[in-house]
Amino acid sequence: MDRIPILKLRDLLLVTIQVDMHDRLALQLQDELTTRISETGARGVLIDISSLDIVDSFIGRMIANIAAMARVLDAQTVVVGMQPAVAITLVELGLTLPGVRTALNVDKGMALLESATREDEDVPGADAGRTD
Amino acid sequence: MSAATDSVIARILKTYEAELLDEWLHEQLSTFRPGSKISESDLRGQSTEFLNLLQQATQTGNVSDVRSPAYGRVRDMLSEISRSRGFQGFSPTETAMFVFSLKRPLFARIRKDLANDAESLAATTWTITELLDKLGLFTTEIYQKSRDEVIMRQQEELLELSTPVVKLWDGILALPMIGTLDSARTQVVMESLLQRIVETGADIAIIDITGVPTVDTLTAQHLLKTVTAARLMGADCIISGIRPQIAQTIVHLGVDLGAVTTKATLADAFRRALEMRGQSHQLFKSRA
Repeated sequence: MDRIPILKLRDLLLVTIQVDMHDRLALQLQDELTTRISETGARGVLIDISSLDIVDSFIGRMIANIAAMARVLDAQTVVVGMQPAVAITLVELGLTLPGVRTALNVDKGMALLESATREDEDVPGADAGRTD
Repeated sequence: MSAATDSVIARILKTYEAELLDEWLHEQLSTFRPGSKISESDLRGQSTEFLNLLQQATQTGNVSDVRSPAYGRVRDMLSEISRSRGFQGFSPTETAMFVFSLKRPLFARIRKDLANDAESLAATTWTITELLDKLGLFTTEIYQKSRDEVIMRQQEELLELSTPVVKLWDGILALPMIGTLDSARTQVVMESLLQRIVETGADIAIIDITGVPTVDTLTAQHLLKTVTAARLMGADCIISGIRPQIAQTIVHLGVDLGAVTTKATLADAFRRALEMRGQSHQLFKSRA
């Protein structure tokens, strides 16, 4: 049985989808990811879909859902490395993933997440101990 | 058509082969303008081969049915001739005349040969007319088809040519669009832009529509799709070069470009792109 690994990297969770997504796998990922976010109190989630060649409407919606759920759990979500064909398919399906942050690769996604989580912490009084 | 007529045609073609060839060649050469695109020896070769094949085909049976297998080699040869003439820039008339010019010498031969038999003469003439007309039409059809192929290929090449994706700066791509945007073109544009984004790892793509004459709802929708797809991949898009008329049209059509950054000129868009990358300071300072 395939499993999608969820790696914890400091206060981020890194999900790399390296197998063909099928419906059950997507549902399982949704379950595990939400559990891990609440367990670890992660501030950000980075989903790398650069190896994903084919999407259908269900998987497209799952990606949007997972991102939305992570946001509800107060974790910024970035989807990185979407292939052109996948992007075109999603647009044609009308799944434009509103509110989901995107980046070209993991590197840029990390930078985006760092700046996004820092903005969160810059709210006055949110974290008085930090000085960066 | 009776078998007798068929055999007469085959016999005439065989008996008078040399005379027919000479007269036919003369006929053909007189239809071409001086300094024509084909040499006499080529023409002679083609004509000889055609007469030969035609004679073989008429011997094997039903003369006026040019779709029958017996005419397979005649058809192949005609296809090749009209295709090559199509590419060489012959006019449709010049191409079809290859077949039609055979009528006069052939009719003359038939008249001489069947002078004493009016019935048979009429029947044979009719069969030959029908046969040559069909072959002529076939030639024209193939000619048309080969020209269509040329047009199709040129359209494709134009499509490729007209959508260059230019790297403006580190991480900034520009896509100057020229000409009307239809679905097929937008598909090519979208794919090449997204592909280049992956290759270069660019954060920002500027789509410049200065060269797009008109924008309708469909075009606007295509643009929005491209922008959305680029965003899904993690690149921001700026649309620039929107002319006053187009701005008016977009608003009148009720197209919502709200989520897209738009700029009047490519220069403005470039400046904005540099700002987004946080490089404006170095660039504009160094210039000042």
